[in-house]
Amino acid sequence: MNGMSKFQTTVQDGSEKPVRKASEHLDHWYLEPDSPTRAKVSNLKFWYGDGTQAIDDVSMPLIDKKVTALIGPSGCGKSTFLRCFNRMHDLYPGVRYSGEINLFPEDENLINLDPNIVRMRVGMVFQKPNPFPKSIYENVVAGLRIRGITKRSLLDEIVEDSLSKAALWDEVKDRLHQPALSMSGGQQQRLCIARALAVEPEILLLDEPTSALDPIATAKVEDLINKLAGDVTVLIVTHNMQQAARISDYTAYMYLGKLIEYNKTNDLFTAPKCQRTEDYITGRFG
Amino acid sequence: MKTLSENIKSGIDYASLSRKNRSRDIIFASLGIIVLFIAITTLVALFLDLAVRGAPRLTDPDFYTSFPSRRPLDAGILSAWVGTIMVMLVTAVIAVPLGIAAGLYLEEYASKNWLTDVIEVNVSNLAGVPSIVYGLLALGLFVQTFGMGETVLVAGLVLSLLILPIIIVSTRESIRSIPSELREAAYGLGANQWQTMAMYIIPAAKPGIITGAIVGLSRAIGETAPIITIGALSFIAFLPQSPVSGDFPFISFEWLNSGFTVMPIQMYGWVSRPQADFQITAAAAGVVLIVMTLMMNALAIYIRYRARK
Repeated sequence: MNGMSKFQTTVQDGSEKPVRKASEHLDHWYLEPDSPTRAKVSNLKFWYGDGTQAIDDVSMPLIDKKVTALIGPSGCGKSTFLRCFNRMHDLYPGVRYSGEINLFPEDENLINLDPNIVRMRVGMVFQKPNPFPKSIYENVVAGLRIRGITKRSLLDEIVEDSLSKAALWDEVKDRLHQPALSMSGGQQQRLCIARALAVEPEILLLDEPTSALDPIATAKVEDLINKLAGDVTVLIVTHNMQQAARISDYTAYMYLGKLIEYNKTNDLFTAPKCQRTEDYITGRFG
Repeated sequence: MKTLSENIKSGIDYASLSRKNRSRDIIFASLGIIVLFIAITTLVALFLDLAVRGAPRLTDPDFYTSFPSRRPLDAGILSAWVGTIMVMLVTAVIAVPLGIAAGLYLEEYASKNWLTDVIEVNVSNLAGVPSIVYGLLALGLFVQTFGMGETVLVAGLVLSLLILPIIIVSTRESIRSIPSELREAAYGLGANQWQTMAMYIIPAAKPGIITGAIVGLSRAIGETAPIITIGALSFIAFLPQSPVSGDFPFISFEWLNSGFTVMPIQMYGWVSRPQADFQITAAAAGVVLIVMTLMMNALAIYIRYRARK
């Protein structure tokens, strides 16, 4: 019940606002001085190469240095939505976007940017741990090498820093040059998080990062995400509502490609505004 | 009253089902062993037969260092093995980079449309074209139209054409077998297409690509028909000029334009001689050729094994 206690703190801070559906009251979030927006999605629609529309008119903010969770039944478009943020869809032919995902403070629509530049700014951790078949060290510095950074002392420094942030440094500091694939699944996933953090992304996307992990490894990754909040803006897809409640500050509930409800996590789980949200979180559906 | 599932279960005789499955396993396993035994015995018998027949020549060091001769017991394979190595060198230099580049382009860069589909089907079909057809192509194009003569270079070119499809197809296969997670991981870090390829995809696909190239080359080493078609000599008593020399500029490409023979041609020439002793020489040359091919395959296996570690 980490999420609960975090929420309680927010209430005591007095920063809690009346419950609203953000998709309808987007501007409200800009008015909140203590939670600046890192990105703002406006009327986003997305089509796959075969013409299927997977995202239908989604608008929501992404609050800076907070964890936002995307929940919803399988096939509701939450992963598709997440992958719009780093233009991962562009790797496959025929996809189409409409609408905007504006990055702040520059107010640039990332749909119009070069996908490689977007991916340099927005990091991603995938569902299945996917370290490169190289050493632990080389995995962490992969993003830096791609950016042409070769200074050894700088790389060393970033490796220690990123692995510490990913709570992995103590476990691997003596075997940095051993293959990453010799690690356990949970360690591999934290390595992937370290690899994404090493390049200091503006937004970190996590696509069901614990679905391939055992409960203990899941707890460690969740712990890590909790620690990251406050430093990094995180957008996480999860099929596990308890997980969303434990680790996120804001939650968006999606269904059939639409955003049904967006709110502070505690409000969404305790007092959902929409009947469909309530049905889903109480397990009557999905 | 029995439930439906109980009714279904009571109709199943687990013991006989398991017995049946076990006997199927045994039948299949023994069939496999028999087939394997036949294949291996044939190969070993063939090789041993050659080795025993060729033994008198194989054990003679002069066999490897002398030119062919009218007298079977003086005939050696010097010009043949030197020729084979030179032709293989040309083939490798032309076919391997070209084939890998073509495979990479088709798999990673080319847009998927009807044209690439046509090319893909064509490349696969070319792998099945009889080798003598390539020989005729080379005879008409390189030897006659371009007037390049019956040289090491032409032999290398025709063998390159012959094994290009093999290298292209195996390069594509090994790139396709790289899981898309690896690709997405690289792109997700902001890598562009070239970085993703050069830093992650090619290193991961390297064992497969190299194996394909070597399998192609070991097919080329034994090819006879296209080399005969372009008019290689089967009796040759000189070596192509050495590629390196003591004088400036130290490297010479004169050998590319030299006449040549290769191991299979040399064997073919000897087999068709009337003297019985030439059969011994031919058998010995056969053993050397098989050993050369096996060595190349062993190299491929070693590279794959090392890459897997």
